[in-house]
Amino acid sequence: MNLQELKNNRKILTEYSYEKKDLYRGYTDKTLYINISNNEVKVKDVSDRMKEKFIGGKGYGMRYLWDAVTPETRWDSEENEIIVAVGPVGGITQYPGSGKSLVCTISPMTDIPIDSNVGGYFGPYLKFSGFDALEIQGKAERDVVIIIDGKEKTVRIEEAPLEAVDGHILGEQLTNMYGNSESEKRLVSVITAGTAAEHTRIGILNFTFYDLRRKTARMKQAGRGGIGTVFRNKKIKAVVVIAEEVKGNLNNAFDQGIINETGIKLHREMAHLDHLQNNMRKIGTANIIEVMDAYDLLPVHNFQYGSHPDTKKIESKVFIRDYCTQNMPDGCWYGCSVACSKAADNFELKTGPYKGHKVVVDGPEYENAAGVGANCGIFDPHAVLELNFYCDTYGIDTISYGTLTAFAMECYERGIINKEITGGLDLRFGNADASLALIHQMAKGEGFGLIAGQGVHRMKKHFVENYGADAAFLEDIGAEQKGLEYSQYMSKESLAQQGGYGLTNKGPQHDEAWLIFMDMINNQIPTFENKAEALHYFPMFRTWFGLLGLCKLPWNDIVPANNSETEEPAKIQEHVDNYHKLYYGITGTKIDSAEMIRQSERVYNFQRIFNIRMGKGLRKNDKTPYRTMGPVTKEEYLSRESNYEKQMIELGFDLTGKTVEEKIALLRKHRESQYEQLTDAVYKRRGWTMNGVPTPEKLKDLGMDLPELLEVIKPYL
Amino acid sequence: MLLNNRIFDHYRENMTIGDVIEVMRFTYPRLVVKVNGRLIQKSEYNSTILNENDDVKIHHLLAGG
Repeated sequence: MNLQELKNNRKILTEYSYEKKDLYRGYTDKTLYINISNNEVKVKDVSDRMKEKFIGGKGYGMRYLWDAVTPETRWDSEENEIIVAVGPVGGITQYPGSGKSLVCTISPMTDIPIDSNVGGYFGPYLKFSGFDALEIQGKAERDVVIIIDGKEKTVRIEEAPLEAVDGHILGEQLTNMYGNSESEKRLVSVITAGTAAEHTRIGILNFTFYDLRRKTARMKQAGRGGIGTVFRNKKIKAVVVIAEEVKGNLNNAFDQGIINETGIKLHREMAHLDHLQNNMRKIGTANIIEVMDAYDLLPVHNFQYGSHPDTKKIESKVFIRDYCTQNMPDGCWYGCSVACSKAADNFELKTGPYKGHKVVVDGPEYENAAGVGANCGIFDPHAVLELNFYCDTYGIDTISYGTLTAFAMECYERGIINKEITGGLDLRFGNADASLALIHQMAKGEGFGLIAGQGVHRMKKHFVENYGADAAFLEDIGAEQKGLEYSQYMSKESLAQQGGYGLTNKGPQHDEAWLIFMDMINNQIPTFENKAEALHYFPMFRTWFGLLGLCKLPWNDIVPANNSETEEPAKIQEHVDNYHKLYYGITGTKIDSAEMIRQSERVYNFQRIFNIRMGKGLRKNDKTPYRTMGPVTKEEYLSRESNYEKQMIELGFDLTGKTVEEKIALLRKHRESQYEQLTDAVYKRRGWTMNGVPTPEKLKDLGMDLPELLEVIKPYL
Repeated sequence: MLLNNRIFDHYRENMTIGDVIEVMRFTYPRLVVKVNGRLIQKSEYNSTILNENDDVKIHHLLAGG
């Protein structure tokens, strides 16, 4: 379909002109509010108090979301919002990883706030067009596209009946529609979802960035928690932003020199050390596929095992050798020398509606390969990339898709579900064809894809209620908590990482704390107090990236040559100091590590109380499925029998005459008790009650003793 | 010998840091190695011979995705 035909069928619902405010020290102090129920558009001022308490990015997202919803709001309520926000550092082009957007909404998976970070050009272009954040509320009657035109200083809502829905097609259509030349296309960024986001709860948002060398609009994903499902439920096909220009000082920094100098230092590290360290420039995060396998941490067969002999078929060098184009500047924002956004070019699809098409696949990232690959027993690199592609273009989360498919496969192999229930899908571990058929069903909204697309939490209920499955067993093996699927790391042998997943705000995503090596291998945090300190520091430190508009990868996927000589190498203090400099260089305000953590704590505690307000966020919601803590089944136990027995003997257990089942029960009792003790220690360190509720004293100390927060926690004190 | 504060079961005489890394299958490239508090550079892994009473730390600098 040609672009003119698409345009001819557009109907303008509203057009709003605004006066663009230029950035000053990283902020415009204006945000854009759009209501697609009544087509209201307005510009809001950001107060000094808002800036002080919430900083930007996820902080702004959480604050606006709180104000928009009530405890009764659900993901598909009209008042639910999708907020896209950047942060004061977001959009600089001198320091790697400075183009992240944070997206918040009430999640269809968890019924609590979700936040998901994403690269691509949208967030910075939104800022350059005059807005620190975008709020979208309401529901359109028919499919719409929203256009934020930073050149013309207009915002339009237009009915768009003929545009595609799948991400890679729609991203391309709209980039071509609003960019008349290659240089203009670079100034366009588009948010899309995809057809499967309409039929599942695991929808994502794709954020485009135009790749001049490949001459195509590529995509990064706000993956977790079903934000794309909310997007399509609101009947939004796309949001387009058109920037007037991109240059290095658009943030109007307090001291551009500091930013330049700090950036050059990191670029040098990347140039000199990346090939000796993680090879991010060659293969991105997929460099750890074989590392996780070697350390028994790669989820295999629904988190039962941590390695597999066939991992070599999907290890990073296979993708480097056979699929991912090398020596391309694969950054998802300008100036990112980490360049981890690898892509497989001219990849020919073997299945689905785009069968035979040669496409660009953005990936694989580690989570893709581990989730849709190893965790489902699929060790075919082509299938991994094809699933990766369809997850993205259909608009579904590869992490949730991997975990929920692995769960369905285990249920199938154990006879809990069968071919009659799956509609003929032979969901054995390793059956890539079945997984591809499942994903196409999700896009069409048919068959078992509809059931699976609801996620592990709802599949468990469905299998119990309709097929007489053993509820306790499904609770044990279903890798979800708070309704969100686990991401792709084995936490069984690391108590700290069990907390890193379980004691999170949004659910078991590893972006708060990834402590497996510090704990399990390095043994650096042996006591509950040590683990609690790590489960305070790292989640708060990592939250800060989401307030500022930064990517986490340049913090620790490259380290200075002398990092090992520092007092705490795990913190990579030189890079932390870089962040202090960037903050100062942009805003003119000096901060140290303590203030950095406090800035995060304010938002983290706000989000915790938001969870409580929405009906979760207490201790009972932080419990985790036993599959992620230890061996549920005999086979799992026997696969690590000597390790488990050694551990129990060291703990003083008498195993004489005990059956395997009795040993599993003993180990389980011990590990569950350990998790409870860890929970006590972490809550204490975070300044929470033993029910997981932030105390008024803690809130006062943080300057967050806001009346609306105190009101929520009062009944729990 | 202690490895990361745990008794190292595979100790043998004249073992080097390189041998420990091999026995433990520590394949990750970014390691911080200390013997009795002294930092050992990668170039010294195969020449640093360990004693039975040594306190060895081999820390992996990997903090995930």
